[in-house]
Amino acid sequence: MSPPPILLQCDALTVRRGERAVLDNVSLTVRAGEIVTLIGPNGAGKTTLVKTALGLVKPDQGTVRQSPNLRIGYMPQRLAVDPTLPLTVRRFLALWSKADADTMRATLAEVGATHTFDRAIQTLSGGEAQRVLLARALLRQPDLLVLDEPVQAVDVHGQIELFELIGAIRNRRGCGVLLVSHDLHLVMARTDTVICLNRHVCCHGKPEDVSRHPEYVALFGRHAEALAVYQHSHDHAHADDGCVVPAGLEHTAHADHAASCDHDHGHDHHHQGDHRHG
Amino acid sequence: MTMDMITITRGTIGMDDFLIRAGAAGVGLALLAGPLGCLVVWRRMAYFGDTLAHSALLGVALGFLAGIDLNIGVVAVCLCIAVALTLLQEQRRLASDTLLGIVSHSTLSLGLIALAAMQTVRVDLLAYLFGDILAVTPTDLIAIWGGGAVVLGVLALIWRRLLALTVDEDLARVEGVPVRWIRLAFTLLIATTIALAMKIVGILLVTSLLIIPAATARRFSRSPEMMAMLAALAGAVSVLGGLAASLYADLPSGPAIVVTAAGLFLVGHLLPGARRG
Repeated sequence: MSPPPILLQCDALTVRRGERAVLDNVSLTVRAGEIVTLIGPNGAGKTTLVKTALGLVKPDQGTVRQSPNLRIGYMPQRLAVDPTLPLTVRRFLALWSKADADTMRATLAEVGATHTFDRAIQTLSGGEAQRVLLARALLRQPDLLVLDEPVQAVDVHGQIELFELIGAIRNRRGCGVLLVSHDLHLVMARTDTVICLNRHVCCHGKPEDVSRHPEYVALFGRHAEALAVYQHSHDHAHADDGCVVPAGLEHTAHADHAASCDHDHGHDHHHQGDHRHG
Repeated sequence: MTMDMITITRGTIGMDDFLIRAGAAGVGLALLAGPLGCLVVWRRMAYFGDTLAHSALLGVALGFLAGIDLNIGVVAVCLCIAVALTLLQEQRRLASDTLLGIVSHSTLSLGLIALAAMQTVRVDLLAYLFGDILAVTPTDLIAIWGGGAVVLGVLALIWRRLLALTVDEDLARVEGVPVRWIRLAFTLLIATTIALAMKIVGILLVTSLLIIPAATARRFSRSPEMMAMLAALAGAVSVLGGLAASLYADLPSGPAIVVTAAGLFLVGHLLPGARRG
């Protein structure tokens, strides 16, 4: 079976700001139906890489190739619409799409934000705003979704839901997904390929391989071991999620499960997960 | 020295003509300034507009020197300044407001010096600084309505894309909006508006005609278009109110218009129960 077609291919990208290389010889490929996640600390160049891939930033070296007629649905980190601009969600969506009201409603329903339809865009909560941004991207019928930190300003419960939603959308629509996150533990679950970025590509591959990579461990320190790999099935409620389980152990050892949750108590990342667990 | 170079007394014969001209010019300008002013407010460009307006005096001076139409001089200088500002802002060496402060006051001073240095031309400086709506000529009226129609036409053409890049510039760029060109076109529209408004409220008060009616309209608006129309309406009421105050209380016309606009803004915000969208 041949692999799915390549949607986006970045080769040896270098972007400089003055003397400093923000990106150094970075390559990445996204195929149809694949979720590629960029992780890395703040200032690692994640957003710059996304913007270069989208053609918003011109690389000093390297090439970006998109498949012909590629439709990209881009979801920026956040919306900063001035409060003086009277703009409902409906009108916001109409700025980018000729779709009729029913299509818009249906797309909002797909992301669970139908109730925002007639609300002013500035009054949305963080999670609602992200869902509306996602709906906007989906209205473009994209072949490739590009999501820059899609779970910012969303609580942990909402983050899990959003990642699930993204996974479900990928399954339903078969589009490729390029995702940026610094939330290691949540993001690993539904990702096919992880690229660990710190201006250069530290390591890349399947989540479980990356999490064992020395450079990854060095970069994320003691969090890395605790966060190792977080792969559950999230088919139902999330009551038991939020603690870290080593790959393959989730159905075998309850003792281990509890142990890793205990271990996790020291990390504020899991605050809410722990809360629900107890 | 009074700011109005023409003093009006009630009952002067032939007054009707230039009163109607003044009113028509002012209303024409308000219709133009309403939608453009909304965009200036949404895009947080008030100080940018102010800087362009201040540089307009340099355009007047250059217009005299080159012997060309003053409006063309103003638009040309405003555009040059706008492009220079955009390029300088991309350098990110100085904070935007610092940069605007430098350019705003140095161009104004340069304009004042250039006008003062011209021995052959006697310029009514106060009319340029604060406007003189009662001195509007038939040619000015044609320029305002003709130029205004062109500006509004172009604005209607780029309206949706302008809104898109006002909401998020990166998003607009990814969706294929030619962001640079749309921004440039918008700057050209502002420069033209400033040139046309100079006669009415003067370069020091031009931005108020853009900002205040838009701010007044915000509270009563549920959509961008509604806000643009209400701002035009608020502007027109301000112009006519200011004109009347100027006429009956012998106030300087430009400041009277601005104070009326500000009064309208206050009243609008003190009114209870308006919807907030």
